[in-house]
Order: sequence, then C-alpha cells, then structure tokens
Amino acid sequence: MSAKKEGFFKSEFFHNFVRSPGALAGLFIVTFFVVLVTAGPLFTPQNPYDIGSLDLMDAFKPPVWMEGGDPAFVLGTDDQGRDLLSAMVYGSRISLFIGLSVVVLSCVLGTFLGLVAGYFGGRLDSLLMRVVDIQLSFPAMLVALFIMAAFGRGLGKLVTALTIVGWVLYARTVRGSVLVEKKKEYVDAARLIGLSPFPIILRHVLPNILTPLIVIATIHVGTVILTEATLSYLGVGVPVTRPSLGLLVKNGYDVLFSGLWWSSVFPGMFIMLLVFGINLLGDFLRDEFNPRLK
Amino acid sequence: MLKYLLKRLVQMIVVLFTVSVIVFLVMSFTGDPVLMIVPPTATDAQIAEARTALGLDRPLWVQYGVFLQNLLRGDLGVSYIFKRPALTLIVERMPATLELVFFSVLLSLAVALPCGVYAGARPNSPFSRAVMGGSLLGISLPSFWVGILLIFYFAVEKGLLPSSGRGATAPLFGIPFAFLTWDGFRHIVLPAVTLALGTLAMLIRLIRAQIMEVMRQDFIRFARAKGVSWRSLFFSHALKNALVPVVTVFGMQIGSLIAFATVTETIFAWPGMGKLLVDSINTADRPVIVAYLMIVAAMFVLINFIVDIVYTLIDPRIDLR
Repeated sequence: MSAKKEGFFKSEFFHNFVRSPGALAGLFIVTFFVVLVTAGPLFTPQNPYDIGSLDLMDAFKPPVWMEGGDPAFVLGTDDQGRDLLSAMVYGSRISLFIGLSVVVLSCVLGTFLGLVAGYFGGRLDSLLMRVVDIQLSFPAMLVALFIMAAFGRGLGKLVTALTIVGWVLYARTVRGSVLVEKKKEYVDAARLIGLSPFPIILRHVLPNILTPLIVIATIHVGTVILTEATLSYLGVGVPVTRPSLGLLVKNGYDVLFSGLWWSSVFPGMFIMLLVFGINLLGDFLRDEFNPRLK
Repeated sequence: MLKYLLKRLVQMIVVLFTVSVIVFLVMSFTGDPVLMIVPPTATDAQIAEARTALGLDRPLWVQYGVFLQNLLRGDLGVSYIFKRPALTLIVERMPATLELVFFSVLLSLAVALPCGVYAGARPNSPFSRAVMGGSLLGISLPSFWVGILLIFYFAVEKGLLPSSGRGATAPLFGIPFAFLTWDGFRHIVLPAVTLALGTLAMLIRLIRAQIMEVMRQDFIRFARAKGVSWRSLFFSHALKNALVPVVTVFGMQIGSLIAFATVTETIFAWPGMGKLLVDSINTADRPVIVAYLMIVAAMFVLINFIVDIVYTLIDPRIDLR
C-alpha cells in the first residue's frame, strides 16, 4: 500500500495536479463544501427547519457588515427570522446529496446498459441506442421539467427524474468505448481461456474504459446541481420543507423587492461557487485524460 | 438525396409518435382532470357523469386513439384555466419566445465567435486564458440567479431598464414583436442577456477546442510548410474546417434555448410560451402542458432535421445513407 501511495505522489498525474492552479482551486472549493455540509450543521447558529427556534423579531436583519446587522446572523435573515447562513449550509447539503446520488445512480445504470449493449450488440443495442438518440434530441432540463410536472415535487422524485435524463450520457460513451475495446487482443485472450461474458465485461473491459467515465461523472455532478437548482427555482423540484440552494434563491427573489437582496444573492453565489469548483476539477481531468492533447 | 429525406421524414414521424405515447401515458397517470373541471360542490353522480362525458371512463388505449385523432386534427384540448384552445394559447405566445431566443442567439454568436476563435488561435495569451476562465464560470452560473442580479442592479438600483413584461409591440407581417419599438427593445435586453450567457460560454469553449484540434492536423502543417502565410492559413484553411461541427451543436443549442426560455421568461414575466408552461404546471392545466410538449417536440425534431441537412451540405465528406 505504501509503495503504491508513493507511486501516486510521484506520478505524472499528481505532478500536473499540484502545478495546475485551476485544479488546486477546484479541489479547495470542493473540499470546502464537503467540510461545510458534513461538519457545518454542528456549529450553525440555528436549525432552519426547526420552526420553534425562529423568532420573528429577528426578521429582515441585513448581513453583519451592514447597518443594523446582528453578529448572530452573519449573512442576515429572511422575512421569517431564519438565519441565511444556516439555511445555506443545510441547502448545500441537499444540493450535494442530490448531485452525488443522481450521478452514482445514472453512472451505474448507464454504464451497465452501455457495457451490455456494446459487448453483445444486436437488437438490444440498436433499441437502446435509439432510445438514447431520441432522448438526447430533447434538452435534459425540459425532460426533467416534464417528469417533475407530472409527478409533483419531492426529493426521491427529483433524483429519479434527473437519473432518467442522466443515464444516457454514460450509456452512449461506454458503448462507444466498448466497441473499441472489444476488438483488442486481451478480450480475445480472456474469451479463449473460457471466461463467460459478464466476468470479461466487468473485470477486463470496465477497468479499461474508466477514464472517460470519471471525466463525465465529475462534470455531471455540476450539471445535476445546476438543473436541480433550476427545477427547484421553478417550483417543481425539492419540497418547500427541504429547501435546496435553488429554492433558497427563489424564496429570496420573492422578497427581493422589499429590499432583502442578500437572501437571493448569497445562496446563488454558493451554487455558482460549488459548480465552478466541480467544473475546474472536471476541466483538469479532461485535459489530463485526453491522449490527443499530449 | 430524396431517399434520405424520405427516410428522415419517417424517422421524424416515429419520434413524434413515441413522444405522443409517452406524454399521453405519463399525463394520464397523474392527477384527475375531472376534478379540475367540475365545480368543487359537484356530487359523486355529477363527477361520474362528467367523466363519461369526457370519455375518461373508457380504456386507456381508446383514450389514446381519441387523443391521437384530435392531435392530427390540430385539436389539443381546451385549457382548464383560460377556457380557450390550448393550441391557440401557445401559438399566440410563440412570437414572444422566438424573438427572445433569436436575440440570445445573435448575442451569443456575436461574442462567442471572436472570443472562441481568438482563444483557439492564441491559446496561451493572457486574454485567451481570461476568456477560458470566464467561460468556465459562465457554464457554472445558474441562469435564474444571473437574471435576479441583473434585475436588482439595472432595474431596482439604477432604474435603467425595465425588469418585467414585454413592453409595447409593433406588428411585422401581422405578428406583434417587441423589438420593433424602443420600449419593447428595452424590455428584451435583460432577458436576452440572461438567456444568452450559458450558450455563449459553451460556444466559446467549443469553438476554441475545434480550432485547436484543426490546427494540429496534417493539412495545416503541410500548408505551413508550403509557405502559406499565417493569416491565410488560419482564416481560409483552419477556420472553415473548425466551424463545421459548431453548426450541429449550435442547432442543438437553439432547442436548449427554447427549453431554458421557460426559466428566463418566468423571472422576467416575459409573456412567452415558456412562462405559459410553468404557469400551467403550477395550476395543473393539463391540456396546455400536453400541447406545449407536443409543439416543442415537433420544433426540436424539425430543428434536428434542418441541422442534419445543413451539415451534409457544408461537409461533403458526410455521406447520405
């Protein structure tokens, strides 16, 4: 294990990573959010879901650096006296949870279907690719909007809807890579020693097509978080009781004209920062894993 | 060519048919439209009567048959809220959406082409690095938040531009457009910028990547060795080849702009068909949702078709199967 670890720190990947300001910034931002959502609730001044802890006397407080700000509420409060920073920490939790679960689910589903379609070919393959083609000709946001409009808001429904629009990316990429890998000698060799298709697919083909998957999955986390925020903003995403960052922006917008600019500006800034960090990492990984750029 | 066109036509019909089945099935499993129509004081007997009158007590496949038949006659049902044909409602609002999308397209092309081409030609210059960083930030921005910031700064703080509505319109070929009047044009600025931002950032990255890809190829190296000047090499050899795939993606982006117009229109209260969709979702106005989806699906299928044709026309290497 230690030899392997040392190998990683001496690898070209690590070497390039620590010399890429973008990648380091991305890692920093993502780490910040991971710490925030895991440890943040321990020291936020308030549990924003606990109605009992809210006090209407605290409503309409501006951020601490403005006149009338209260050090207890660093980023101010909304019209019900809810601490904005606490709401944002809990909101980031929901946004990240949705982002990660959708990516894991669509990656597993899409990869599996892509592997099977690419390896076996035939009727299953053409049917699957037809589905992928049709779905990709419609914007993901619209398909997700339609599903959510039909089934109503809810966390599980949102994850399902975003997975339904997400798996196609993986299926198409994986299938393409499998078609290339299938012709290689190691697959023939595995077949010759008598392995059956599923061990070949999972233990021999899959490890060889992981790099494009990692890149797609990374960028996909950011896309999902943005789509989720948009749907929640439109009122068809997360339920009002579990506000994600997108819903916080919407709630803030409703009181924008009464002067509470902070309650929509800061949650939106959080979305942007989080997605930007993820995209920075994704960009680095794509350049790093793209053999044509070397 | 004719054979190819026919084949594509059949494909388009199959896709639209599939979409109609999915939309019909998904919508029939959600909510009960009868309860939307009858007054809240209706008795069970009246509800049952209304159900029979609407044909909703018949088997699902019969209902689909009726739905399809009406669809082909251009009858997409009557809105529960507006009490008017859903198709008319959408067609009335279509010019507003299309003009918004058109200006966003114009804006994103005007910025993305020069920036993307420059960033691809001189990838290491400080300006190119700034453009790339900016475009990465651009694809990370939630567009609804950008809209809110623009409203806050330009409308609330500075009072420079209006934040909602479409303003005055003037007719062109009998269709009312906002951009033809000064007031309407002022109204279109903020929504168009908001809508353009994501596409713009994505296009910059795509154009740059294409140019860098082409510049690495053998025919460029050969032309270089032959002594072609850099300027002519870049503009007549590289640019032409780099922009071919951009056309396809750009066509796809128009579809995505129509989809994202729902968000922009909601923020700016722009009276287009996207805002109608979001309003209809919130009021469970099923006929309008179905009509919107069918019309937009037809638009996407048509756009994809046009893109494919354009693609084969500008790239002779593509062979029509």
